[in-house]
Amino acid sequence: MTRAFAAIVLRDLRLGVRRGGDSLQPVLFFVIALALFPLGVGPAPEVLERIGIGVIWVLALLAVMLSLDRLYQADADDGSLELLALGVLPLELVTLAKAFAHWLSTGLVLTVAAPLLAVLMQVPREAFLPLMLALLLGSPVLTLVGGIGAALLVGARRGSTLLALLILPLYIPVLIFGVGAVEGEVMGLSGRPQLLILGAMLLAALALAPFASAAALRLALE
Amino acid sequence: MASLLEARDLACLRGGRLVFRDIGFALDPGDALVLRGPNGSGKSSLLRLLAGFLAPAGGELCWSGEPVDADRPAHRARVHYVGHAHGLKTALTARENLSFAADLTGGALAALGPALDTFDLGPLAEVPVRLLSAGQRRRLALARLLAAPRPLWLLDEPGVGLDARSRGKLEATIEGHRAKGGLVALATHGDVAARDPLLLDLGP
Repeated sequence: MTRAFAAIVLRDLRLGVRRGGDSLQPVLFFVIALALFPLGVGPAPEVLERIGIGVIWVLALLAVMLSLDRLYQADADDGSLELLALGVLPLELVTLAKAFAHWLSTGLVLTVAAPLLAVLMQVPREAFLPLMLALLLGSPVLTLVGGIGAALLVGARRGSTLLALLILPLYIPVLIFGVGAVEGEVMGLSGRPQLLILGAMLLAALALAPFASAAALRLALE
Repeated sequence: MASLLEARDLACLRGGRLVFRDIGFALDPGDALVLRGPNGSGKSSLLRLLAGFLAPAGGELCWSGEPVDADRPAHRARVHYVGHAHGLKTALTARENLSFAADLTGGALAALGPALDTFDLGPLAEVPVRLLSAGQRRRLALARLLAAPRPLWLLDEPGVGLDARSRGKLEATIEGHRAKGGLVALATHGDVAARDPLLLDLGP
């Protein structure tokens, strides 16, 4: 089972790299979209600082979501889904492995890149660590919850628009507590309660999302 | 003594339409079931039903007398399914695709080389699948059958795109699997033959 789990993670990472850096596209989107803000609202530090954390979170959310619509669709299109469904690994763990690979190539990279972009948005330095912590806890939730939507929409035409309509509302709690954790620290309050809530969301998503995704994939296999 | 794989009164509904009903058969070790019928008669649906992807609308499927529904994970580990879509990643090489399948289905890595050789894919092992022809891809999908030992092979028109030599190899592989007590269920339009098979005509 461990071998099958590792094989799925490695395969997905390898595919991301082989397809000319497919996996880096969400991160590039994140960087480029963020660079537009100082151009759009002007470089005044007080404005950028005010909106910086919120903008980083919203863009992280969009970057993860944009990269999700091929998560299962590619496997469904080429018949790999049948292979995955007949492996020694239960479909629940298959979805967890795929989510883990997806998070490594998006969420983790976004977390590491966030402080660099925070500089661009004039976010104060003491916010860097809370921002990274919040993204570290929040981004896997985005992947896991979004994975349910991606699994439900296997086979749907115009899936990416529908995916946004379906999962963006579900991302709202992560956004609220993610921004809250960082702003709490900046304003001298503790961001700890919000971080703990993000952690609780992560545990809940880890426990529940694989079952929902696997159920959706079983429907797609029919 | 119950047969290894037994189907009783199977029925299948797709999108509210009755595809087939009252399908029954019993397979003992070494048997081959050949499904025949015009397009849309339910050959693929029956194979997907045997694989457990699709739940029957009626009837029962038993393995050694036990209903398949009672232990889904055990049934999953018995089945090799080769459908119309090959389940190959075009960015990976032939060997990478096959070793992924072996990792997933619990096969031995030592079996990969012989599996590739059986279908004349040895020289193509390090070639990315996107450079392979349709027939070569089909052969690679079939090589997965040998990557891990599983008793029930479900083959959906496996001869499509294969040349005469490869079809011969496939038939030999099927007979070899049956000689070891394996089961084969095969949908075909007559291009792949099995020795004294159990024929099932799915007709209108």
